[in-house]
Formats: sequence, C-alpha cells, structure tokens
Amino acid sequence: MFRRTEPTDCSITWEGRDIPARAGESLAAALLAAGIATFRATPVSASPRGPLCLMGACFDCLVEVDGVQNTQACMLPVRAGMRAAPQRGARHFDIEDAA
Amino acid sequence: MSDVDVLVLGAGPAGMAAATEARSRGLSVLLLDENALPGGQIHRAVESRAAKDAQDRDGAALVTAFRASGTDYRPGATLWAVEPGGKVFWSEAGAARSITAGRLILCAGATERPLPIPGWTLPGVMSVGAAQIALKSAGLVPEGRVWIAGQGPLLLLYAAQALDRGGRLAGIIDLSPAGAFSRAARHLPRALMAPEYLLRGLQWERRIRAAGVPIRRAARIAAEGEGRLTRILVDGLPEPADLLLLHDGVVPNTQVTRAIAGCAHEWDPAQRCFRPVLDAWGNTSVEGVMVAGDSGGIGGGRAAALAGRLAAIEAARALGRLSRDQRDAVAGRTRLELNRQMAPRAFLDALFPPLPPAAIADATILCRCEEVTAGRVRQAVALGCLGANQTKAFTRAGMGPCQGRICGPAVHGVVAAARGVDPAGVDPFRTRFPTKPLTLGELAALAG
Repeated sequence: MFRRTEPTDCSITWEGRDIPARAGESLAAALLAAGIATFRATPVSASPRGPLCLMGACFDCLVEVDGVQNTQACMLPVRAGMRAAPQRGARHFDIEDAA
Repeated sequence: MSDVDVLVLGAGPAGMAAATEARSRGLSVLLLDENALPGGQIHRAVESRAAKDAQDRDGAALVTAFRASGTDYRPGATLWAVEPGGKVFWSEAGAARSITAGRLILCAGATERPLPIPGWTLPGVMSVGAAQIALKSAGLVPEGRVWIAGQGPLLLLYAAQALDRGGRLAGIIDLSPAGAFSRAARHLPRALMAPEYLLRGLQWERRIRAAGVPIRRAARIAAEGEGRLTRILVDGLPEPADLLLLHDGVVPNTQVTRAIAGCAHEWDPAQRCFRPVLDAWGNTSVEGVMVAGDSGGIGGGRAAALAGRLAAIEAARALGRLSRDQRDAVAGRTRLELNRQMAPRAFLDALFPPLPPAAIADATILCRCEEVTAGRVRQAVALGCLGANQTKAFTRAGMGPCQGRICGPAVHGVVAAARGVDPAGVDPFRTRFPTKPLTLGELAALAG
C-alpha cells in the first residue's frame, strides 16, 4: 500500500506485535506504513474496516489505545510504547473489569 | 460581556489569516483546531517539511505570522457546540471547556465529496485526500499496485506529488464523462485572470504522463476482495490492486454552521453543494457568526486566506475598532486579490463536475457507519421520504458516529435524483450539537 520515505525512531504495538513508528506521526499512518489495512470491525455487521479520510471525519479508523476504546487513530500522535488494538464492534463496558 | 473578542475555528489558511489580522487590529483571539499542528489540510505539517513550491511557501509564511501574532492557540481542541450569544464549547485534553466570544469566525475547511462504489468499505480503499495527508504528515508514498479513481484537480495534484516523492502508481481511472472541457470553455477567458491555476494543472498532467502512468477513462469501477481489497473492476475488467484511492472533488464542511439555529444555507448549483449564506465580509444570517474559507464555498487555499483577513477586518469594525470607511479602505487590496483568486472558479467548477448520484448502484453502501445502501434510500423515497432528514428515520442513514459527514452529499444527491427534483429543494442532513462525539467524562469537567 505505502512505503516510508523517512526513518522510524520508536516502536508501538498492534495486537501485541511490535511495529516501527515515528513519534508524532498519526497512529493511523504508523499502522498503514506497517501494511495494516484493517483497524476495526463494524458494530452493524462485524465487517472489517480501515481508514477512509485520515482527517477525523469518517470514524472508520477507530481503535483501542492503552485501554481507551473508540479512539480515532488518524487524530492521535504516536508515542513510543503505545499499545493499540482493533476496535471490535461498539464501545463496550465489561462488568468484570469494573468489579 | 465577552471573555475574548474573536474566537476562530480552524488553523488552516483562512483561520490563521483571520487570527493574525484580528490580532494586528488589537483584538484578543482564541483559536481552536482539532489537529496537533497548524496548517489545515492544504498546509499540513508545513513547519516540518522543506518548502518545495509556492503553496508550501504560502503556508510557511501564514504559519510564521500566526505563531508570532499573540493568538491564544489551542491545538488538539475539538469544538462541539455554539450557543446564541457567542458561547462556544469544546473539548481539549479530555476535558470540556467553554468561553463567550464577541465574534466567531468559523474556518472549518472542506471535506471530500464521497464517491460510493461497490466495495468502497473494504480495507485498502481510501480517499485521495487521505493518501495526501499520509504523504504530507508521515512521508508515506504509494507502493505496490495502487490505483487512483474518480475526478477532480486533487486527484492529479496528489498523483504528481506522490510521483515526485518516489511513489509508484499502477494507473489513474478517470470517471468523468467526456466533453467537460468544451462545456467549461466559455468560462476560460475569465479564468485567465489567474492563469497560475491552469498552468499548475497542466504541469501535474505532464508529470503523470512523463512517469508513464496510464490514465484510462472508464464509466464504472468496483472494489473487490475477501476482508480487504485485492482487485478492482474497471468497466468489468479485473486488475490486481493493493490500494484504491477515490476522489470526487471537495465540498464545504458545514457540519457546525448547519447546527446553529437560524444560520441560513443555500444550494450552490455550480459546485453542487450546500453552503452558508454569506455577505461580502463573511457574515452569516446569525449576528456575530462569520465564516471564511472553503467552509463558505470552495475557493482554494489562497482565496481562503484572503477571506479570513476580510472577516477579521469586519470583526474589528463590528467590535468598534474600525469605522465603516476605515474598514473599506483597509480591505480594498485584499478584496481585489480575492476577486482575482476566485476568477478561475467557474471554469474549474465546469471542468470538474461531480459524478452523478443516479449512477450509484442499488447494492452500493452510501452510509458507511450504519451500512445503508443506495437501494434502501431509494426504497424510502418510494415510500414517500422527501429529504435527507427523513431518510434518517426510514433507514438510519447519517445517524452513525460520523454524523453524516461522509455520506451526507451522497444521500442528498440520491434522494433528489430518485425524486427527480432540483437538489436545491431537497433538505440536507440537519446537524445537531454536539457535532463531534463527546464522552460523559469530558462533559463532567464543565461542572468542576
């Protein structure tokens, strides 16, 4: 899909896997550069989705970052060590976690 | 009594120019922008890139002046409500805040018009604007079997920029009907008042042809794959694909102005989009609320900066810093240059008309959030649905997290075409505050 023209300087994780990244670029850009096209599964039909607009409008790049669900990956600057995972379905509240 | 003289929304060319001009007139200015850095989409990450052309130099000059202007600049701030009397609410660093401003200058820019095709929800299908953002902000160039499809100047600009940076493209699929140039030709003499627009377009096309990237005209395109894009169908013929970039021009971002009670909007038949009704200074029909730049009608980055300046000069008049005569004298040269920058617009609008909504197949998804197809919207029309707002109740189109930002123009166009009426007479989606999703945690900060 895409190739980097600038060097990476940190790493983040995606579903526990290390991904090279550049601090300050958007999380969505870091994932796309690593060849990751699917960011989430929709609440309506569980269909796979990835970013469409990269400018905060489409909400198709929603992921879970350091435990926070429904995060727009295109609007979040990368920090070293960031832990990201797909957003599966709607934001959910886990009763066991709260107890 | 206001907390601040002027609140500006957006740090693109219009917003930065408006804030800088208002500060130079002695006004206090707060500027909210969703992004981490100033520049908007056109000048995105301009501070961290080496200037390569006149557009980059324009952007760098705007950002430098804006940074030095003494504006209270809030990056990472999302506006979500405007109340009568100039009270504005936004979220910043996870907490909601509010302020009352004497004048609002809303510079929300443009969004890409959606291009719904079969399979456009597959991962691996993105917009051309998105790829340009990835290029400008992260240095990502297209690699592998990358196709660009649709119509509009941004499509050619991105292709030229991507090739300049060492990117590779499999081909460009031009979906525009033949004959646009002859229809646009009568607007050509006026367009030559600002010939730089036409020269740049010719340069992009030459760059693309020099790189040997094929440009094919086609009537239909579809994306296919199991779980992600693996091939496209061009008029039914398959081509392998890793990435498909779609584009069908840009439309004003009116998400906030449409939610402001009493703020009148009108259908622009040349640009085929809704825009706020504005006077020559950018005043909307609501006292104290102004709009500048592409969110008031598409004019491009240079026109946006000039309109931002004019709006700030008018705000200075409204707030008692300039008399009418002083305002008119100060604005003279800016207005002349704005007229020149807008001169090519009728030609460009005629040269790049948006693709017809009637051509969207019934099985194609229009509303990506709620997964509503064009066929379901047409069924709703057959049942008596008259406008985009009723399609919400009939189908949930436009009711997902994007709040109709993406599908709005497509749903509106499909409803108008299915009814066989002038789009001007069909309501666009009504928007409501909060215009961006807001958590209870953020909201609770207002009580603190």
